[in-house]
Amino acid sequence: MHTLLAATAADSEGFFAWLNALFVEQTWPRALLIVIVVGLTVPGLVSALVWAERRGSALIQDRLGPNRCGPFGMFQSFADLAKFLFKEDVIPGHVNKPIYLLAPAIAVIPPLVALAFVPFGANVFIADVDTGILAAFAVTSLHVYAISLGGWASNSKFPLLGGVRASAQMISYEIALGLSALGVFIIVGDLRLISVVEMQTDGWMIGAGETLRSAGDWTRLFDWNIFKQPLGALIFMIAGFAETNRHPFDMPEAESELAAGFHAEYSSMKFALFFLGEYAAMVVFSSLFVVLYLGGWTLFGLENVLSDWVTSYGAENAGWINWASVAEGFLHVGIFFSKTLVLLLFFIWVRWTLPRFRYDQLMRLGWVRLLPLSLAWLVVTVIGVAIVRGL
Amino acid sequence: MAYVKVKRRELTFAERMYLPAILKGLSHTFKHFVGAGGRAGVTMQYPEEKWELPNFYRGVPALVKDEDGREKCVACSLCEFVCPPRAISIIPQEIEGVVEKAPEVFDIDMLRCIFCGYCEEVCPEEAIFMSKEYEICGTSREELVYGKSKLYEIGLTLGDDGGVTDATKKWERLAREQSEQGVDTHQGADTE
Repeated sequence: MHTLLAATAADSEGFFAWLNALFVEQTWPRALLIVIVVGLTVPGLVSALVWAERRGSALIQDRLGPNRCGPFGMFQSFADLAKFLFKEDVIPGHVNKPIYLLAPAIAVIPPLVALAFVPFGANVFIADVDTGILAAFAVTSLHVYAISLGGWASNSKFPLLGGVRASAQMISYEIALGLSALGVFIIVGDLRLISVVEMQTDGWMIGAGETLRSAGDWTRLFDWNIFKQPLGALIFMIAGFAETNRHPFDMPEAESELAAGFHAEYSSMKFALFFLGEYAAMVVFSSLFVVLYLGGWTLFGLENVLSDWVTSYGAENAGWINWASVAEGFLHVGIFFSKTLVLLLFFIWVRWTLPRFRYDQLMRLGWVRLLPLSLAWLVVTVIGVAIVRGL
Repeated sequence: MAYVKVKRRELTFAERMYLPAILKGLSHTFKHFVGAGGRAGVTMQYPEEKWELPNFYRGVPALVKDEDGREKCVACSLCEFVCPPRAISIIPQEIEGVVEKAPEVFDIDMLRCIFCGYCEEVCPEEAIFMSKEYEICGTSREELVYGKSKLYEIGLTLGDDGGVTDATKKWERLAREQSEQGVDTHQGADTE
């Protein structure tokens, strides 16, 4: 395992030696470091996303969008954040106060916790859990409580309807979500998300212990799981849109039907927390999609070439920090987040293209179409894997 | 009532799948995103760019002075009387000079003004005109009661391009327009 500090630091004495020992012998200091980085990055990413959403929607609708605050209006989100912080915090008299206050917190925490299970790079992760995807799903599914509790505690009609819709919708689509992802794990044979990424560099299995790599290096282009599980990826994508309550499945909000839906009674920072939670959930879902289907931090084998280059450069410039390890980490995270960003922009693109589904259409799609389809795909995958591995 | 049974067309498999339609929609919005959608770039950057206002535009009423720099208003209070929302209040004072009166205070409450233009129409001295000024803002009610100095200041924005905005030649223009339209302009003069 790479360490953050250079080997020379281990030989020296005093603070650096102590620091090195800490990072080598314990896992929590590095995890803490990544927690801090992720905890600061995600809100920043969310504010960038909000800006991208507003500018993107404006361009799609032939408008300009916010363009006054900073270059291209990039600082608009920060201005909005300042506004949210200083606005009066209204708590309506008719709400159930403890639950009403709890709901926005629940909206933010699960997506941020779920990021703990996502491997951003070969050595950049917070927790390497054996049940990786199960833990991530378990945590993200808590997100439904934020919306349904918020809708319930608001004690008025539209928020309640939003909350009820949310609970029904998210629970129905969770089944399709889980079943569609199952195909990947049947191929991998392991629930660890790091194994899932590493498997996606192995190439197509065409027999026990044999891969298609013998046909040439061009086969690396098709290593990602999206080529092995196209239908699974599609169902996972659709279910993910429903899970994050994004268009065309934004039933809990449904502006034209429910005013603001579940967050109609929320204002100032509490509303902003719901907002943050929604976008953080998008980030989590996109990260999971990248890990499961788009090869995580891999890039058709190019990442190894780049990695060798940066590590050799880092080795030459060694100091008390192991630059080779740090550079490789940045490379992996860079590749990972580029893919995630593309997916997030796709989320935005879809939102400003499609009309909202009707509620019964949503339920029929979930239970009558996607659920049987994902089961059928699972059977196909099982048979395929059995044939390839020679039963 | 007779009714017709409309036979609905069977949807094809691709249509029922919905996904081709989604791809079509995505390509359509992408065209707009890159600016090929037809109406991109029509947004006006407001404080920097502004509309060309027509000459008949009725903005904030403004007071003007004559070519010798004298106040044209003689504080006759006709505009004050005609003003439907009673936005104008005038306190006259006696002065030495060509005319005997001038307004000491001439206030227009812009919170009340309805931009009807009656003050301009009724004024016998061509002293008040509707300007093209429409950005009316302030941080208090008092600030939005425009006093004499403010009204003369706005009056400076009135051009003299021969149209309605010619601040000093209203009767000449009316006479010109009437003769153009074949109206007997001496009728009024005979009865004098």
